Amino acid sequence: MPTLLPPKFGPYGGQFVPETLMPALIELERQFVSARSDPAFHAEFDNLMATYVGRPTPLTYAKRLSEKLGGAQIYLKREDLAHTGAHKINNALGQALLVKRMGKKRIVAETGAGQHGVASATAAALLGLECVVYMGAVDIARQETNVFRMKLLGAEVRPVESGTKTLKDAINEAIRDWVSNVRGTHYLLGSALGPHPYPTIVREFQSIIGREARQQMLMDVGRLPDAVIACVGGGSNAIGVFSGFIADSGVELIGVEAGGSGIASGRHAARFGDSAKARIGVIHGTRTYVLQDEDGQIAETHSISAGLDYAAVGPEHALLRDMERAFYTSATDAEALAAFQTLCHTEGIIPALESSHAIAEAIKRAPAMRPNQIILVNLSGRGDKDLNTVMQESGI
Amino acid sequence: MNRLETAFASKPIFMPYFPLGYPNLETSVDVIEALAQNGADLIEIGLSFSDPLADGPVIQHATQMALEKGITVKKSLAALKELRTRGVEIPLILMGYYNPILAYGLKEFIRAASDSGADGFIIPDLPLEEAAEFTALAGDLPLIQMLAPTTPDERMETIARRAQGFIYLVSVTGVTGERAALSAGLGELIARVRQHTAAPVCVGFGIGTPQQAQQVGALADGVIVGSACVKAIGASKNPVQTARQFAAEFHQALQKT
Repeated sequence: MPTLLPPKFGPYGGQFVPETLMPALIELERQFVSARSDPAFHAEFDNLMATYVGRPTPLTYAKRLSEKLGGAQIYLKREDLAHTGAHKINNALGQALLVKRMGKKRIVAETGAGQHGVASATAAALLGLECVVYMGAVDIARQETNVFRMKLLGAEVRPVESGTKTLKDAINEAIRDWVSNVRGTHYLLGSALGPHPYPTIVREFQSIIGREARQQMLMDVGRLPDAVIACVGGGSNAIGVFSGFIADSGVELIGVEAGGSGIASGRHAARFGDSAKARIGVIHGTRTYVLQDEDGQIAETHSISAGLDYAAVGPEHALLRDMERAFYTSATDAEALAAFQTLCHTEGIIPALESSHAIAEAIKRAPAMRPNQIILVNLSGRGDKDLNTVMQESGI
Repeated sequence: MNRLETAFASKPIFMPYFPLGYPNLETSVDVIEALAQNGADLIEIGLSFSDPLADGPVIQHATQMALEKGITVKKSLAALKELRTRGVEIPLILMGYYNPILAYGLKEFIRAASDSGADGFIIPDLPLEEAAEFTALAGDLPLIQMLAPTTPDERMETIARRAQGFIYLVSVTGVTGERAALSAGLGELIARVRQHTAAPVCVGFGIGTPQQAQQVGALADGVIVGSACVKAIGASKNPVQTARQFAAEFHQALQKT
């Protein structure tokens, strides 16, 4: 049956879900379309963004980092300063307002690094919703402070022991819960992934990053950046910041995937980077690039950052790449760790390991650029949650 | 009459599900043969997938084990052919998620499935909205349409109108797996479906005992039993013997008086 909004991005996207969920997706799309043209919905969202999340988040000139690299000037869009410490809150609150509109009382969410789980638990507490967060047992072990935060916020965290016990399996379990409780439950999907209308909804709520950043560049610096860099797991922070600049053809858009132990090692999550293992496939309701084996079984992935450790990429990124509007590269665990420490030392900012992948790419590029050129990095989250990992990995 | 029409000549039919490769490939072929020889009227042959998001714990576990033992789509299709060689004549429907089928290649998969003796397909993550490409290539081999308790009337009509072979009616809002009791509104749900189609209506998800099968069989044209079948056979020291008993019991329960 026809959808209200385009369900696909070129050949990517779509709605590959069991029939039980189709009516919920149709209803979600209907509510989203009606909310989008409702000034009262916008007013409520904007008010929460300003008075609760603390938006607009600042644009910070990374002076000492830029000087150290001796090339392009680097600016940071400070999503790490949003309430709960990452961009995830923008989408969590937006969707939670849709939940209220739909009259549902319960949300389920998946989480990898825990940032989306914390954002969902926060939105649920604020709006009086019941919240269950599914999290892979492996991720629970490496992000325990976020697990504690979710519990403090009143959410129930359910460990997922199936499969690889990471984000992919947490999404499976969240979908199974949703299938079972769909009439009263909303699946608060945290990335620009999954079946239509999720990639469109998540982009819409995250596009505030790009709108603010573009305006800040013009107001504070007087010009647009030459390049915008963001890390890409599912790709919500990247699509959020890219969306502000897609129409500006002079701005290069660069997504950074998790290179893990290196592409050749096979231990990574670089969907665009490994042409041997990544083919167009269908996972979690969407058609996109998927790391898989010859038989179509979803591959195990690896990244030092739980938030990038996922076998598929958001469908709109696949289209942006085909159109050559955005370019995708990867940073290894080691490069991300080095970038993490560099940003700590030069700017006094502790970035999330996810965001450190974007910093790593800026560090690679800046020296070859001229001092009058500008790189904008979306600093998608803060790194407090990663301190244990960094201590273990770098022996500090 | 093709194999499917023949099977539905005498209703209600018993339709167990079993995944190839569990607990290992040879045993699973023997199990499916035993089910076919002892009262199954149609068998859903499971193709394993790493991320079976419509399945409950029993089928998740079985298909995961099958994958660990090395099952692939290719081996599954060869096993299907072997079942036909052994003289299994009832309809065999392949049930699997879309990604392994895409990875095999849609055309190649459909051709190989047809050559191996498949009578149709059930793909739980391929709803009406996404099915056009597959059904265009599948020709005479039906893609069985699924309906759920959440499906609204207008949508039900659209889907039921396109029904090929039979309708797979999901009886509960949830994943596969046995339930203590049948869904209360099942009779009403089946009646709703029948308003829109003359195709046989088979009910699955949540049916675990011969008694439940009998109750569903009084209302529907077919009874699908997945998790209970996989669980009983998986837990058995003699899987083939258990398969014989299992099929015989459910077959008996569904005999018209």
